Amino acid sequence: MIKTDILIIGAGPVGLFTVFEAGLLKLRCHLIDALPYAGGQCAEIYPKKPIYDIPAYPEILAGDLIQNLEQQIAPFEPTYTLGERAETIEKLSDGNFIVTTNKGTEHSATAVIIAGGLGSFEPRKPPIEGIADYEDRGVNYMIKDPEIFRNKRVVISGGGDSALDWTIFLANVASEVILVHRKNEFRGALDSVEKVSELAKKGKIKLITEAEVTEIHGNGKVESVIVNHTKEGNIEVPCDHFIPLFGLLPKLGPIANWGLEIEKNAIKVNNALDYSTNIPGIFAVGDVNTYPGKLKLILCGFHEATIAVQFAYNIVNPGKKYLMKYTTVNGITGFNGETKKSEKAVVKSI
Amino acid sequence: MSDIKVKIKDRFGVSHLLDAPTDMAMNIMELCKAYDLPVEGTCGGMAMCASCQCYVHSNHELSAIGEAEEEMLDQAFFVKENSRLGCQLYLSIEMDGLELELAPES
Repeated sequence: MIKTDILIIGAGPVGLFTVFEAGLLKLRCHLIDALPYAGGQCAEIYPKKPIYDIPAYPEILAGDLIQNLEQQIAPFEPTYTLGERAETIEKLSDGNFIVTTNKGTEHSATAVIIAGGLGSFEPRKPPIEGIADYEDRGVNYMIKDPEIFRNKRVVISGGGDSALDWTIFLANVASEVILVHRKNEFRGALDSVEKVSELAKKGKIKLITEAEVTEIHGNGKVESVIVNHTKEGNIEVPCDHFIPLFGLLPKLGPIANWGLEIEKNAIKVNNALDYSTNIPGIFAVGDVNTYPGKLKLILCGFHEATIAVQFAYNIVNPGKKYLMKYTTVNGITGFNGETKKSEKAVVKSI
Repeated sequence: MSDIKVKIKDRFGVSHLLDAPTDMAMNIMELCKAYDLPVEGTCGGMAMCASCQCYVHSNHELSAIGEAEEEMLDQAFFVKENSRLGCQLYLSIEMDGLELELAPES
């Protein structure tokens, strides 16, 4: 069981900055994120896009913002559970929360701050009737262990980098690889596109372009898929696995079932005070929350997190008073005892 | 007056005739959200989620499809010949009378 003062759900920019503000109050944080790395949308969707409305940064790449935040919070030694999705929450009689992930990792915390952005990133699932019945029975949206495809017949669908990369990789693992794509051109990295077309020429893989997988057939597990070709019509392709690779899409996911008050896919909070949810001890900050006048901006999330941790402090340390201190005056003291502080010097007498 | 009219058919087949300002650098995704039509605009307008995909039914000449939009439409579902991403269609005077239909959610 991982124990912490504040458990932060979501390691995007706002979740990361929450660690900093909590650290100033000497509160320890642990973060959970469904992605295998920190950064949330900034890392997953637009790492190379510039952001222009971070105060004091006329322009900063989203990926650089995350790197800077990680550097900024390092003195407060955050710990992470990455690549796992927060699944269930339980409030114990002593007021502590137990949050368990989809992989069974348990976390105990006095306060929970949800900074889940738009939710956890999940594979975009093609709208094929009955596809859910075949999930993990031949339909795989993600490839965790390529060995399960050894000597199997595999149909991959998609035209982006991951479809191309896995086609190349599985060409040497599976007994047969067929890549189905809606267009007759691929938009992935040039190198991968060339490799795929070379493999197709050599007969190591088969390409079916201008086509879509429209049906899955089988008896308890995938036995074939129907590929609808724009000119040739329906083609039945026998296979053991169907791997649709159409990128990731954020979904609010299991948080929606935590008993929180939800409005338009976001968690309602008390913006007049502390960004608390309807469950005492659980706060929501950043894009995941909603209140009148809400703006989904990183800078608003930073503000919300700063306020929320002041109130989380009262939950972790009941009866104790905290007085806000300026970092310019007091510097910051990391959990290893080291203090970063400006040199004392008389700049100007007043 | 720089407002134009845009007709948008929602996912239940109901048409909405919207007054759309052309002087606010607004796009179709934002217009839909402003009128509470069920368009998520998940990525905020970076052509990276396809939640604002729509079908263009009128013959208006629209801005060309950019690389990012093309890439996203490549990954999206329910894509047709007349598919566009609402977030990439910035409102302009030339778009007066434009007729669109929201693509199904995916």
